[in-house]
Amino acid sequence: MNTDDLVKLLATGAGPADTGAPARRYAAATTLGVAGAAALMLALLGLNPELARYTSLPMFWVKLAFPALLVVAGLAAASRLARPGASLARVPGALAAPAIAIWVLAGIALVNAAPGERVRLLLGSTWTVCPFNIAMLSIPAFVAILWAMKGLAPTRLRLAGAGAGLLAGALGALVYTLHCPELAAPFLGVWYVLGMLIPAVLGAIVGPRVLRW
Amino acid sequence: MSASEERLRGLLARGLSGDGAAYHAFLADLTAHLRAFFRKRLDRIPDEVEDLVQETLIAVHNQRHTYDPGQPLTAWMHAIAKYKLIDFLRRRARTDALTDPLDDELEVFAASDADAAEARRDLAKLLADLPDRQRMPIVHVKIEGLSVAETAQLTGMSESAVKVGVHRGLKALAAKIRGNA
Repeated sequence: MNTDDLVKLLATGAGPADTGAPARRYAAATTLGVAGAAALMLALLGLNPELARYTSLPMFWVKLAFPALLVVAGLAAASRLARPGASLARVPGALAAPAIAIWVLAGIALVNAAPGERVRLLLGSTWTVCPFNIAMLSIPAFVAILWAMKGLAPTRLRLAGAGAGLLAGALGALVYTLHCPELAAPFLGVWYVLGMLIPAVLGAIVGPRVLRW
Repeated sequence: MSASEERLRGLLARGLSGDGAAYHAFLADLTAHLRAFFRKRLDRIPDEVEDLVQETLIAVHNQRHTYDPGQPLTAWMHAIAKYKLIDFLRRRARTDALTDPLDDELEVFAASDADAAEARRDLAKLLADLPDRQRMPIVHVKIEGLSVAETAQLTGMSESAVKVGVHRGLKALAAKIRGNA
């Protein structure tokens, strides 16, 4: 088949392009990811029994806002990473801002704490399991978002994989806040960040293989 | 590509909203740009240029919904062409079983000069290998130019199955090209 014939074939009956598809794919993947994480959390970890009391604490909302803002920034990053040639100039700033905010809060908390208290603020009582729980809860979103991305057109596959992983991590962390008993900013700034970085690193590793199109 | 950005962008915008003639003109123009782009970068293996042009055209068509009308068309097109070129070079390096690092692209070409005469891939053959539920819709709708309704009647498939068949068939074709090259 020569190229002119191919051009004709592609153009014939092409119809309007489905320009809403990228947004729909990400919406579906995000919904699936959150639903999957919630199911895993309820089945394996359980809701925080003190959740009702926590909702009256400002720090609980900070803890929720941290991954929520990363989800928003991660979605913007993921949709840009799946559009060839889209500018990524504002992505690093948008992703760094929530992390920097939580580190500033963590710094303030550590400075104001009594010296003997600082280790407890950093380690809480669940630091050994927190990152792994977040990574575990991010598995459904990890698969769903890579699927969504693969159907679009990522051209920088390692970066796109990392972005997909980070978004999955943020979704996992968001759901994990409903189980997690910790409220200290230093804890969030270390263990939540680590938990979200696990799927991000995995995404960077598998991206070039999984996202090819 | 920048000189014709405005013209191509207008054609694509109309094509994306369903104007078949504009879309055809866009693809035809794009073909010439792609050919020049790849020819310049694959000057050691000119026989591969047309294969890569065809592969990229199918990719552009399949992923055309990722173009954001607010975005420079040149940036979108260049990113796709570059991605397809690098993907092609990687595949080629792998099939040639050369262990040289990819930075030595030109060395790879020099070393595989004998392959340059190998038969060009025939899309018609790849198309014939598709399962009927994808091949029939492509043959009737895309090659013979029948409407979706006519094709549905002719093949006994539902209209949505015809549409899905065309869509998945072109994706499968792109996948076959990646696997075969």
